[in-house]
Amino acid sequence: MNTLLKIIKYQLHDLLRGKWVLVYTAVFFVLTDGLFRFGGDSDQVSLSLMNIVLFVIPLVSIVFGTMFFYNSREFIELLLSQPISRAALFLGLYLGLSLPLSAVFLVGVGVPFIYHAGFLGGAYWILLLAGTSLTCVFTGIAFLIAVHYEQRVKGIGVAIVLWLLLAILYDGIIMFILFALEEYPLEKLTLILSMLNPIDLGRILILLQFDIAALMGYTGALFTKFYGNHIGTVIALLTLGIWCAAPVWLGFRAFLKKDF
Amino acid sequence: MRVTAAIALIIIGFSNLYGNSVHVGSQYSLGTVSEGISKTKSGDTLIVHEGTFLERNLSISHKLTLIGIGQPIIDGGQIGEILRVVADSVTIEGFTFIGSGLSHLDENAAVLFEEAHFGAIRNCTFLDNYFAIYISKSSHCLIENNIIRGDAKTESRSGNAIHLWYCKEIIIMGNHISGHRDGIYLEFVENCEVMDNKSSENLRYGLHFMFSNHNQYHDNQFYNNGAGVAVMYSRHVDMRDNLFADNWGSAAYGLLLKDIYDSTLINNRFSKNTIGLYSEASNRVQIEGNDFVSNGWAVKIMANSMDNIFTGNNFISNTFDIATNSRQNFNSFNQNYWSRYRGYDLDKDGIGDVPFRPVKLFSLMIERNEPALMLMRSIFVELLDLAESYIPILTPATLIDEQPRMRLNS
Repeated sequence: MNTLLKIIKYQLHDLLRGKWVLVYTAVFFVLTDGLFRFGGDSDQVSLSLMNIVLFVIPLVSIVFGTMFFYNSREFIELLLSQPISRAALFLGLYLGLSLPLSAVFLVGVGVPFIYHAGFLGGAYWILLLAGTSLTCVFTGIAFLIAVHYEQRVKGIGVAIVLWLLLAILYDGIIMFILFALEEYPLEKLTLILSMLNPIDLGRILILLQFDIAALMGYTGALFTKFYGNHIGTVIALLTLGIWCAAPVWLGFRAFLKKDF
Repeated sequence: MRVTAAIALIIIGFSNLYGNSVHVGSQYSLGTVSEGISKTKSGDTLIVHEGTFLERNLSISHKLTLIGIGQPIIDGGQIGEILRVVADSVTIEGFTFIGSGLSHLDENAAVLFEEAHFGAIRNCTFLDNYFAIYISKSSHCLIENNIIRGDAKTESRSGNAIHLWYCKEIIIMGNHISGHRDGIYLEFVENCEVMDNKSSENLRYGLHFMFSNHNQYHDNQFYNNGAGVAVMYSRHVDMRDNLFADNWGSAAYGLLLKDIYDSTLINNRFSKNTIGLYSEASNRVQIEGNDFVSNGWAVKIMANSMDNIFTGNNFISNTFDIATNSRQNFNSFNQNYWSRYRGYDLDKDGIGDVPFRPVKLFSLMIERNEPALMLMRSIFVELLDLAESYIPILTPATLIDEQPRMRLNS
């Protein structure tokens, strides 16, 4: 436990020394603040932020995560020569990156919200929750990729392709499926498809908080009914949890066996 | 003395002209409204003083003016109807009617006019009635400044607030209506004017009319109703300066036009509705100078609607401006302001130099395949819309505003 904390602490120092994280905070801060200043109530700002959150966070988390792991290669090898458990090392690296990235997002988006609109319910919290979860999910995926591929270029390539797949192409595939199966009742299928991609899940959870959920007709009504009740909320949170945990766990298993 | 006598003579003369006054109330010999009505002759005035009268199935069959002083309450006790008028020139003023009874066989109303012309209902309050005001086969009546509140829970167990059936030349103005099935319901009604009413929180429609030609609706406010306002199968309807707002729900719209012909829709405001204006099989409607603000779909126009003219409207911050279910377009859009328009105006004449295409590809897709709505606001969909807006392939090629305005139409 002690080693874990020490590793996380070292990570924080390392992150703060690079200017990456500061730039990342500033971007969110300026963006949120700007959206408020250019008119718009908290609902509009949340909606505008939503697309940025769903687009930028996965990209930054996965690319930065992979690069970070490759860059730490020598550091990892050094520590592994010491009497330190692999579990503590891997968890330390993961938490040492995902926690600061989440915190930075929460500060960058949260602070302008608080001084422009005060504490708010609903949409705002779901937005923060989705952003944080996506950070954890995509950092985990990044680590899994980095552990798996020895070559740095290959790893980063795979990371970018995977992001492209989940952020954009997945929705295209959904659209293809929905139109191919046009003749069938698709409500349940859409519900399942929405859970198989953390970005879609985040988007739908956020959208359901707004008036425009009513636009979504029967599909929306089904989503509202499902995600609106307790079981649905629990399932949604559980799914997000699985999405956070699964890549980390797989990465961890690969890390335990990896021959450095 | 002579002067007094003269005045007395005048008063007697006038009272003969306008009939006698009969008083009902706790301080008078007549204690019930029904006794009072039976004591009056044609042309009399019945004055009812403050108090609560537990009466029902009252009937007026001669010319009569009914005046309530201190807002007397007539309580039907949730059984049967309260007051039935079957004579001409009956005026009812200043009462509170409570509890006409729910029935699945009869349309029990607090006040029913049956073949009663030249009547008026003014300054009355209606609470928890099945039907509040029911006018049938009557003409030249006035329904003015009433407050009508219902307690409707389900459509099948509630009636309409103001219900007109086979009527002509009726004016409905200044009423505040809420909590019924339909706020104002007109069927087979001609040459009527509906103005300055507020109709909200009704289970189904704020205003609902069918087979009712040559009517005018202006300066009304319809908001927060279950499904908005529905108008069907009518010609020569004139709707101006109304507000249609806050009708959210998977089957709600601000205004539904179904089989409406040769009508005008001018200077209305549609804000925060799932669908602002839904047009189905409506032809030759002039839609001019309306504001569509913050709706899900500002306008949904089905391909069976033809020759409608949209001009000088403002479309501001709607999720979708125009949706349609076809690649064909038989309506014209001209000189509207679109907040999504990104064109430029080199010659500074206030009209954009690039035409505007208000139909998004995505709105066409969800028209065909509703579950695709789960992709709303996804990046993939935004990319598709962007691509389509530059090279239109699937969206209706002729649904175009050739002269989009750069500034709001005033």
